[in-house]
Parts: sequence; C-alpha cells; structure tokens
Amino acid sequence: MSNLTIRPIIGMETHVQLATRTKMFCGCPVEFGAEPNSRVCPVCLGLPGALPVINRRAVDLAIRMGLALNCRIATFSKWDRKSYYYPDLPKNYQISQYDLPIAAEGHFELPPRDAGEPRRVRIRRAHLEEDAGKNLHEGLDHTRVDLNRAGTPLLEIVTEPDLASADEAFAFASELQRLAVWLGVSEGVMQKGQMRFEPNVNVAITFGGVEYRTPIAEIKNLNSFRAIRNAIAYEIDRQVGEWRRDHDYTLEKCGKLNLGWDDDRGVTEFQRSKEEAHDYRYFPDPDLVPVTISAEQIDAIRSEIGELPLARQERLRMQLALTDVDAATLTADRATSDLLAAAIAVGGDPKTLCKQFISFWSAQANARSTTIAGLGVSAPRLAELANLTRDGTISATAAATVAQKMLDVPAAPREIAAAAGLLQVRDEAATREWVEQAVAANPQAVRDAKENPRKRQAAAGFLRGQVMKISGGKANPKLVGELIERRLAEP
Amino acid sequence: MTDEQSARQIAQDVAARKRSAESVVANALDRLHAADNAYQLLVALDADGTLARARDVDRRIAAGQRIGPLAGVPVAIKDNICTSFLPTTCASRILDGFRPPYDAHVVEKLRAAGAVIVAKTNLDEFAMGSSTENSALRPTRNPWDPQRVPGGSSGGSAVAVAARAVPIALGSDTGGSIRQPASLCGVCGLKPTYGRVSRYGLVAFASSLDQVGPFATDVHDLALVLSVIAGHDARDSTAVDEPLPDYAAELDRPPGKLRIGRVREHFAEGLDPPVAAAVDAAFETFRSLGAEIVDLSLPHAPYAVACYYLICTAEASSNLARYDGVHYGYRTPRPADYVDVYAASRAEGFGPEVKRRIMLGTFALSSGYHDAYYLRALRVRTLIKNDFLGAFRSCDLILGPTTPTAAFRLGEKTEDPLAMYLADIYTVSANLAGIPALSIPCGFTPDGLPIGMQLAGPLFAEARLLQAAAAYQSRTTWHTRAPASNRS
Ligand SMILES: [Zn+2]
Repeated sequence: MSNLTIRPIIGMETHVQLATRTKMFCGCPVEFGAEPNSRVCPVCLGLPGALPVINRRAVDLAIRMGLALNCRIATFSKWDRKSYYYPDLPKNYQISQYDLPIAAEGHFELPPRDAGEPRRVRIRRAHLEEDAGKNLHEGLDHTRVDLNRAGTPLLEIVTEPDLASADEAFAFASELQRLAVWLGVSEGVMQKGQMRFEPNVNVAITFGGVEYRTPIAEIKNLNSFRAIRNAIAYEIDRQVGEWRRDHDYTLEKCGKLNLGWDDDRGVTEFQRSKEEAHDYRYFPDPDLVPVTISAEQIDAIRSEIGELPLARQERLRMQLALTDVDAATLTADRATSDLLAAAIAVGGDPKTLCKQFISFWSAQANARSTTIAGLGVSAPRLAELANLTRDGTISATAAATVAQKMLDVPAAPREIAAAAGLLQVRDEAATREWVEQAVAANPQAVRDAKENPRKRQAAAGFLRGQVMKISGGKANPKLVGELIERRLAEP
Repeated sequence: MTDEQSARQIAQDVAARKRSAESVVANALDRLHAADNAYQLLVALDADGTLARARDVDRRIAAGQRIGPLAGVPVAIKDNICTSFLPTTCASRILDGFRPPYDAHVVEKLRAAGAVIVAKTNLDEFAMGSSTENSALRPTRNPWDPQRVPGGSSGGSAVAVAARAVPIALGSDTGGSIRQPASLCGVCGLKPTYGRVSRYGLVAFASSLDQVGPFATDVHDLALVLSVIAGHDARDSTAVDEPLPDYAAELDRPPGKLRIGRVREHFAEGLDPPVAAAVDAAFETFRSLGAEIVDLSLPHAPYAVACYYLICTAEASSNLARYDGVHYGYRTPRPADYVDVYAASRAEGFGPEVKRRIMLGTFALSSGYHDAYYLRALRVRTLIKNDFLGAFRSCDLILGPTTPTAAFRLGEKTEDPLAMYLADIYTVSANLAGIPALSIPCGFTPDGLPIGMQLAGPLFAEARLLQAAAAYQSRTTWHTRAPASNRS
C-alpha cells in the first residue's frame, strides 16, 4: 500500500441567519426562545390568502456579505418556490432563489498556515431564503410544531469543493463566522443556530496509478466548529476505510448520501435517503416581484464595508509586530478592533494597549460573557490606563487592579489608582526601606546572588518580586532593580 | 332593479338618513334567504351579526362620522375572500369551518366605505370551474332557468345580484370567473387590471392571474365599487402603485371618439349564432354612438386556453400544497401514519376537479416536463400579451362575446372537463395579458337566456372601459331586465 495517496475534497454549505429585526417576508420579530407560536402572523403561518413582502434589509445584508466574499451581485434576482412536504414548512414550499441567486462567483482567502500560501476558497453562490419552523418530537407518536422560526431570513452560502482537510474546513467556517459578525450581517451565535454548516465530503484515492473517488457525503446541520472538524475527520477516515474493504465504494457506484453527526458518540450516521428521489419542482414565486439592484445601491453598500477582519489582522500584525494569535484576538470582533484603533488614535501607546487588551481586558470581557467593546470603557480611558503603565506611573500588576475598578467606578484611571494607593512611589528612601525588608526576610536568596553566579539572576529577580509585593505594587520596578543591584554589590 | 335599489342610491339615502342601514340590510337578508331557497347560492350567512354591523353603520352616521360612498350598502362576497367575521371555505371540504383571523384588503376597504357584508357566496371549489357545480356543498342554479348553471366560478355572487338580493357582490376572476357568470346571469362584472386591486386575503388559485372584482346590475355601480376596492396595498407585492381615478366621476365624461376592435378569431367556429347576432348588434350600437370599428387579429388566441390551463394548474398545485391536514382545516380522522395525514387528508378534503388540476400542475412542473410544458406556456403567454399590445395600437377597446353560448344545463358538461374548459375561451386571454375586461348584458337568446358581451382594454384603462360600457347602457335596456320571479 505504499503508493496509496488520499486527498480529501470538501465543499461547504452554510446557512447564515441574517441580523434583521423582522422576518424575511412579514413583520414578525425574529426572536430566539420565545413562547412557541407567539411570533407568527397569517403570512408566516401560511394561512389562505396571506402574501409575502420582501424585507429589503435582508437583501442589503445579503449584498454586503456577497461583496465581502468578492461575489458578483445580481442586478436582477428573483424568488422561486421549492416544494416539499414537511410539518415545519407551513406552505409546503419554501421561498428561495433557484437560478438567479443574489450573489455568485466569489472567493474567500484563508490566511496562510505555517508560512504556506494563502488558500483561495471559491464561492459558488449565495442566495436568500426563508427558514422553516421547528418540529418538537414528543415521544414516538407525537410531534408538535413551533413556527416562531418560520420565515426567518437566511443567506445560504455555497463554496466550490476547495477545502482540503478537516482543519481547513474548521478554519473556513470560523473565518466565515467572524466575517458575518464583523459585517453585522449576522449575530453568528452558533448555540442559537444562527450559523449552520453542511460540509460535503469525499476523498480522491490514488492507488496503483488509478484514481478512485468515494461517494460524496453531505453531513447535515453542524452547529459548532469542533463538530465540523470532528465530523469531517471521522468521515474521511470512514470513507477511506470503506474503500479499503471494497474498491467499489465509489461515487459512480454508490452515489451521494446524507449523513447526520452524533456528537456524543463521535460518529456520522446515515439518514433517510429522501433526497434521492426528490423533485423540488422549482418555479418563480408569482406572489413576489423580482429584485432589481442598481449599481448605485451596490456602491453604497460597498462603501460601508470598510476593512475586513483578515486584512486588519494582517495590518496590526505587521505594524505592531504582533504574533498571529495576538493579532487574531485583537480582530475577533469589529467593535473591539475599532475601539483599539480609537484608543491608539487618541494617543494611547499601541504596544501597551495591545498587551492590556490581550491580557486583562479580554479576561474581564470573558468573565462577563461579552467583548471588550461590550465592557463599555471609552477609548480615552483605555488610552490613559495604557499610558500610565507605559510611563511607570502604575505597575502592570496595578493596571489590572485599576482596570477591574474602572468597570464599577466612573472615574479616570489616574484617580482610581490614586484612591487605591496604586500610584508608583519613586521615593528612594521608601523604596530602600522595602529593599531592606526583602533582604532581611530572604537571606538564602541574598547568599545565592552573591556567591553563586549561576543563580544570581534568578535570585535578584526573586528579590525584585518580593519588593513589589511588600510595596503593594506601588514601588517603581526600575528603581527597585537599581537599588537591589546596588545592595547586592555591597559586601 | 329600480334605481332606488342601486348601490349609489342606497348609499345616498342612508348617508342622508332617509333609510337606515339596518332596514336596507334586513331587506337584503330576506331577499337572500328567498333567493337561496330557489337557487342555492349561499355558503354562509349570519343574520344577527350582519344586522349588528348594519346598526353600527347607522350609529356612525348618527354620531356625525364621515361615512364612505357605500354607506349601508349590502354586499355579498365570494367565499374565497377572507372574512374574520364569517367562515371562509372556498366551498371545499378541506377548509370546512375555517375562519380566518383577518379580513381581506377588499373587505377592509368595503367596510371602511360603509358597506355591510351580508353573506358568503357559493363557488366552484377553490374557484376551479365554470359552472359552480364543483362546489363541495351543492350546485347553484341560474335564476333565468333553474335547470341551468349560473356559470362560474363566482356563480353565487352573480346570482345574488341577478336575483336582485343585493345591489353588488364581489367575485374573483382567474380565467373568466367574474365575466362568464355575469354573462350567463345577465349582470355586469368587471375584472380589473392585474395589480389594480390587492389580492391580500383572496385565497390563491393561480396567483399571477387572480384578481378581485365587482358584480352589479349597471356600470355606475361597478365604477363605484371599483373606486372603493382599487388602490395600492403594501401587503401585496404585485399590487401596482398607479394613480387611482374616481371611476364614478369619470363616467360622466363622454368616452370621446372610440376605435373599437373586432377580433376575427372571436367569430370562428363554436360561437352560438344568437350570441354572434347579439354582439354584432352591439357593434352597431357603438357605431351609432360614433365609434369606429377596427377589424383585427389576435393570432395566438387559439392557444390561450391551453396556455392558461398549464399556468393556472402549475400555480394551483403549489398554492394548494398548504392544505395538508397538519396546520388547519380538515384532517383525516384516523391516519395510518405521518405521511397518511397528508395523503388521506388531501384525498378526502379535495374534490375531483381540484385534484385533477393539482395533478396536472404537479406534472407540468416536474423535472423533465417543466421546460416542455410550464416554460413553453410562459413563452406563449408573452406572445399573447404582445398580441394585445399590438392590437391596442390600432384600437382603444376590444369588443366580443364573453362566452360562446348562453347558460348550459346542469350536468351537461360535468363529465367532459375539456368542454367545460372551452367555456373560458374568450375570457382567459385578459388574465394571461393582465388587462382589464368587463362583461355586460347585450341581449337574450330565443329561449330567454341572457347574453353577455366583453369589453377589454389596455392595462389600467378601466375608466375608458367603464365610460364605453356606460355609453352603451345609456342606449340600451338589457341590463335593466331581471329574471321573472325577482322583478321588483
Ligand atoms: Zn409573520
């Protein structure tokens, strides 16, 4: 088997719930977790005589996402009915877009990994459609239907099969989510099903000079990035294993299949292969007029887009000499990234700001389940705190304490530091006093520093830490260092 | 009908408090009751609720509130138009007892204008038919000869007006469902331009063809109702935001020198000689009114019925998918399994003609047949539209027969769907092209059955249509004749 090579072929279909206040074709609010069937009207219930009306906001958001994915935006787009019977679909057809999607033929560049080349993922199309409701299965013979979600606007984004591994699919999905949230196109909350992923997976196997292609499996409805990675990795292994047992396990002979992912057991499972014989009988929806989009409208939306997260990440990395990971953290969401830029613009020290964003500000945000921007601290105050730290007016340790207090007290960082007694003391007499206390309390460290050149640096560092501790963070670290060096040089 | 029973006279009297809305409506209820006994035209009637709504109109007038142009006018409504205060069943078992939680746009408009909706009228199930025999309840009879059909699908509304039970009624017209029964019952019926009247609350049969319109005994009342129900509605994306003329006021203006088109294809095989003679006489009347008669051709007219039945069935198969026994309406009592809820509910809930059309439409949209049937029909539709565009370059209006024959006998065509479909041969083109058309009485057969003629005009030319029809009615008395037992 030494001449066997395998190459996964992966495409992704993503349903993005658009961040509109109301549904795609009626005025009902889009709201997660409301009392079942309380966010409905004759239109989204599909009652006789009710008619859909397009939510223009959803169209604008779709155009915005399409432009960010470098798609061609259709100047003429229409609505089609996709017919199938299912209890969560009140009209028994879904309003979607068949042959004239709002956006098509785009691409998305994934950042290079391990000094490699950036990977281009082609976008085949992105079209608008309405979501179905939810079937709530209760026991074996009972199902109830909640139609609150019915009619929620979705943008379905379909890639070409350009992803080459489970990791790459993972990266694509998370970048797509960051982009959608960044643009305000979606709230992108995975737990609420606002982004749902359906990877298509098969494998090209070359063996003995012959290429085999395993059946294409569509894995339905994944709503976590981890599930995407695990499901695809599992499926690749499964398909290769099947093929090893039976070389006829190919696309030509076995066709396509629909799978579900059991996250608890970590396996894919076959689903009813209803899709096979399905004829959706698409035809243009006669209740809706086509959407015409002018060049001016596209330009106006394009002008709102601004710098995209990956571009900003790369710019920050270069300008501030950050690691990839830190640059990514600082561009995780647009509001936080914009806040950082604003704090720099008002004169905050960029390096210190970055350090503080990544360390204690993001810890505070995480503890409150929000973003740094969501903490509500203004750019000038963030800048002031950074500059107090850079200037040595407060220590890095004290800055974290001040930051915590800033969330409760509406005062300037300097006032907070002063009130808490955290302003650094440059008073040499007081500092010498703290050094003497540290020396007296740690004779072993003093001995190590004086007598063992190999331990000298570590011991001096330890003593500096002790001084900072005794001073309650108020001592100036630079002065402490000088005084300790001087003290250790004494006989 | 004497002039005092016209909608405009009732409204004037009620607004001036010469008559109460309650007395007018009580009288209409009595007449409806009698007419229903004779012709089986009703689906739903609620006398107490209706009288209460009439008293409400009287109260508003007494309180000095501004009341609309239909104050106290009793109106009957085809039972495929949603009313929150009366059931809406489309004469189908599958919507048995269904009461919508909202009123159709046209119902809101009528009520805001002071009208009192008195009853829901019978129709071919889901408006699919040309005789009202496809009602799941019972067939409606023609007041001119109860052994004959009233036409369809808006048969109940046409009969309500023909029997002089109400001055006006609403119907819907997908391929002739207002004009054909108007013709067969000897009353006036108008199908407005597609998009002129909001479809919000009209239960869809074929969405790209359906349009709500009025029945009345004369053109003045047609114009009055159209002024009330037409206009933009943001809830219907296909409703057009065009300026809305005061159609009733427009009637007082003479139509000017009209060029009236006579379509060669309308006078071909299949047209009954008495109908042809009556329509020829109408051309003479127009000539005497100073009109110029223009001979012309609509070359794709022979394909209209085939084209129509492909498009309307395709749309119907999708529009009627929602009646599934799951969400509302009829559900089979003991389904074998989950799929059977759908299959059995639909099998038991729909009548044979509705099933026939759902199957035809499903077939026409199926992969492998979609292009040969549905797409080809759309192309023919464009050709038919273009025929009319061309025709209206050389004429202002087109005049012809509404139907090839006068009213046929009950049961005469029920076993032969194709023969039934040909009853729509002159009417479907206006729906395919989206243009307005009306039917008004123009004579009688030797057997005493009414004959109707159809006037069609360019898009949004309702005012011109109504002017021409009013001019015709100023010279003729066909529209003043009522069936013997209903003369008042
Ligand atoms: Zn709704």
